[in-house]
Amino acid sequence: MDLTILWFVIIAVMWTGYLVLEGFDFGVGMLLSILPRGSKEQKETERRVLVNTIGPLWDGNEVWLITAGAATFAAFPEWYATMFSGFYLPLLIILVGLVARGVAFEYRGKIADARWVRRCDLAIQAGSWIPAVMWGVAFGNLVRGLLLDSGHQYVGGFWALLNPFALLGGLTTLVLFLLHGSVFLALKTDGDVRLRAQRLASGLAVAALLVAGGWAVWAQLAYSVPWTWAAVAVAALALVGVVAATRVRREGVAFTLSAVAIVSAVVLIFGSMYPDVIPAVDGGESLTVAEAASTPYTLTVMSWVAVVLTPLVIAYQAWTYWVFRRRLSTKDIPAPAGLSWQKIKDAAF
Amino acid sequence: MDALDLARWQFAITTVYHFIFVPLTIGLAPLVAGMQTAWVVTKKERWLRLTKFFGKLLLINFALGVVTGIWQEFQFGMAWSEYSRFVGDVFGAPLAMETLAAFFVESVFIGLWIFGWDRVSKKVHLASIWLFAIATNLSAFFILAANSWMQHPVGAIYNPETGRAEMVDIGAVLTNNTLLAAFPHTISAAFLTAGTFVCGIAAWWMVRLARSKKPEHLETARTVYRPAVRLGVWVMIVSGIGVIWSGDLQGKLMYEQQPGKMSSAEALCEGTEAAEFSILAVGPLYAGCEDVDHLISIPGITSFLGTGHFSGPESYLPGVYDVQEQYTERYGDTTASGEAVTYTPPLAITYWSFRLMIGFAAFSVALALAALWLTRKGRVSDNVWLSRLGILAIPMPFAASSFGWIFTEVGRQPWVVAPNPTGIDQVRLLTERGVSTAVPPGVILTSMIVLTLIYAVLAVVWYRLMHRYTIEGAPGSVRDESPEARDDDPDDADRPLSFAY
Ligand code: HDD
Ligand code: HEM
Ligand code: HEM
Repeated sequence: MDLTILWFVIIAVMWTGYLVLEGFDFGVGMLLSILPRGSKEQKETERRVLVNTIGPLWDGNEVWLITAGAATFAAFPEWYATMFSGFYLPLLIILVGLVARGVAFEYRGKIADARWVRRCDLAIQAGSWIPAVMWGVAFGNLVRGLLLDSGHQYVGGFWALLNPFALLGGLTTLVLFLLHGSVFLALKTDGDVRLRAQRLASGLAVAALLVAGGWAVWAQLAYSVPWTWAAVAVAALALVGVVAATRVRREGVAFTLSAVAIVSAVVLIFGSMYPDVIPAVDGGESLTVAEAASTPYTLTVMSWVAVVLTPLVIAYQAWTYWVFRRRLSTKDIPAPAGLSWQKIKDAAF
Repeated sequence: MDALDLARWQFAITTVYHFIFVPLTIGLAPLVAGMQTAWVVTKKERWLRLTKFFGKLLLINFALGVVTGIWQEFQFGMAWSEYSRFVGDVFGAPLAMETLAAFFVESVFIGLWIFGWDRVSKKVHLASIWLFAIATNLSAFFILAANSWMQHPVGAIYNPETGRAEMVDIGAVLTNNTLLAAFPHTISAAFLTAGTFVCGIAAWWMVRLARSKKPEHLETARTVYRPAVRLGVWVMIVSGIGVIWSGDLQGKLMYEQQPGKMSSAEALCEGTEAAEFSILAVGPLYAGCEDVDHLISIPGITSFLGTGHFSGPESYLPGVYDVQEQYTERYGDTTASGEAVTYTPPLAITYWSFRLMIGFAAFSVALALAALWLTRKGRVSDNVWLSRLGILAIPMPFAASSFGWIFTEVGRQPWVVAPNPTGIDQVRLLTERGVSTAVPPGVILTSMIVLTLIYAVLAVVWYRLMHRYTIEGAPGSVRDESPEARDDDPDDADRPLSFAY
């Protein structure tokens, strides 16, 4: 196979890894105030249940994004340069969100103080809602095409990125991630939280079917190639399957199927872009896979690296998922271990 | 300010900020792993207490390294797209290797370490902190490979058709002699940072407890904190030697590879033999080397750093003027946009950052010597001056590392990819040519303001948490939570998690 095509596929795989994995932890982050019920204390314990389902996992999930970025830099420098400079502001917004939630996950439990915890929760939620929408906007624009000049620079400006098709794309990733997160919680928690997550999931699956279905059909009719209809069909079936599986409480199946829906979305996105990495609109010059690629030598080197390391990464990451497979419920949550801001004076000193 | 200036300021601010957290993570991770190993091997509880204590500080610090790193990775494409187009074929490779070989290991195994105390066996848990520690150091190797290539491009050719640098030899990129000096230098600086950190904090605690005069406190000072002080001291001594050795190596390479960096670091106008190492220079450094008075200098040292000779013809170092002349001849005197090029980096910054890098290490030296003496032969010290020195010394290697980078990066100007004098010198790029052309200055200004504000808030939070957890001290007694230790526990399944956020 042509190495440039292989690398186009590898980049798609990296994004798949990212969106499938971080997709559910975005979902969990977004549900942080929505799912928990009860008295103040109960709510806080339930929030901690949610945070701890992804506590050991979220950072490893995020590295898929960093890898997708770095792999694009190495294999398709022109793509990386045009896309990242063209999407400057959306990426900035996403990054601010990721910074906020990352810090908040790690620091939330460090201080036992209601105000502190509330602020961290705000950061987790903002940092989950915003990127969940923005990724869809970004990919929507890649499917639709950008205004490129002859030097492959994006010249359309920020507001042009917020077109209806891309915004519906944003809504699509939003519901998909919400769904994926609630299915994940149904799979990983026990007790009341699990029941509520299940109920939410079957509702969200219907919403996802409508929104994502609408966006996918629009993409198909306006921007894509015939074979990606297959991906649209798979996604639709998967979402119907999620509804059915949550009804009969087959959470593992439901989670797999919502992951399949996200994978199909990535296939649709990358399938409709190919053979361009950035299609141009309004008669501009598209940036093609071949034009954007690194030299065969670099691609060969990188292929070896990817072929050896990626399976290894998947293996040990999957293994930690296995280690932390246990369902969490409110009775698993120990008393908060954080310190107060002020140290209580020790009489001995 | 134009987009170029803004992008440069933004790069400098965000990168220096990222590198505040990086050296501590790189150095402290192996030390915590060492403490945990000591616990597993000797079964002495004190090592578990120290592991938990410094482990918490490590995690607080690590979180900020992670979140600030993502921006680092993205800003090449966002603010420096033309640079990315030019270097991507070569520079992207080590970056991608770093994520696949190091970042995944780091992030996955730190999660296992934080949450896994009661989930996996003692050995596996210990292995996870070691994997984490090794991966942080490996990540430094790859990112420094990328950076060293910008200092000294090897293993690549210039392709006039595509107008970019193209890789021909990955082996050469990963064994770049600049890298082989910068890696040990940066790593030993990181260990010096962590050694000072551990020694400083432990010394403060030891003195504090010893002064309370309560027998049980004295006992803790002796059995818990004194060993940590000693550990810190030995790490400082070994890494200090490493810093000097590798710094000397870098000096020699710099003389060959970037003579302009050396001469401006010395504010040396004219080439000379037996160049003195200037310790204090006054005069308008920002205006050039002309009216600078070198008030205090040590004869021959600069020549030795660059050439290995104190005096004689072999000790000859070129001056700023010589470099300007030589580079003008080779690379022309105007840029593509028609402006005159100065091949001299900003003199004041290079001169002072080099001195501050070296100078700030003095605090670590003082702390190491004082602590070594005051804790000799099993002694516990209650000398307040030791604890004051300990606290004072902690920030110094952080500052030294920052100045080291500022020196390295500012000294490379006006190049972002400096030409390799003995290689294919078309592989070169002026910094001004690297900036994104599609991004308006207002946008860069926006991100710079947003990031600076967020980073400022995070710095305050980071400091308060580090401070709070430091004054809390090591936990009084710790349970062994490993699965092996609770085999006989009947209601195992109903136990809450040993650790949760
Ligand atoms: C010499 C060491 C060094 C240097 C020069 C840099 N970094 Fe760094 N970086 C690290 C050493 C490190 C580290 C020690 O490995 C960190 C700190 C905390 C951590 O998670 O890993 C890290 C984190 C880190 C992360 C987050 C990884 C994660 O999520 O686990 C990214 C994406 C980057 N860095 C990228 C960069 C880029 C693009 C740099 C160049 C401008 C850079 N770093 C300079
Ligand atoms: C973490 C340690 C680092 C610090 C503190 C640091 C600091 C700096 C500073 C202060 C500048 C500004 C120089 C100037 O504009 O006069 C700069 C420039 C630059 N550095 Fe670094 N740097 C670090 C590591 C790296 C690494 C590892 C890379 C690449 C892999 C890199 C790539 C660049 C680039 C592309 C520029 C050009 C932009 C500019 O001139 O501002 N730096 N760096
Ligand atoms: C005798 C003492 C030292 C000497 C001779 C020395 C020498 C050097 C030189 C020549 C460079 C520039 C390399 C280049 O631009 O090509 C450098 C960079 C640097 N130094 Fe030092 N240094 C010393 C002490 C220190 C100390 C104490 C620290 C920090 C604790 C430190 C941290 C750094 C860092 C982080 C860099 C930038 C990264 C790199 O290029 O490796 N140095 N040093």
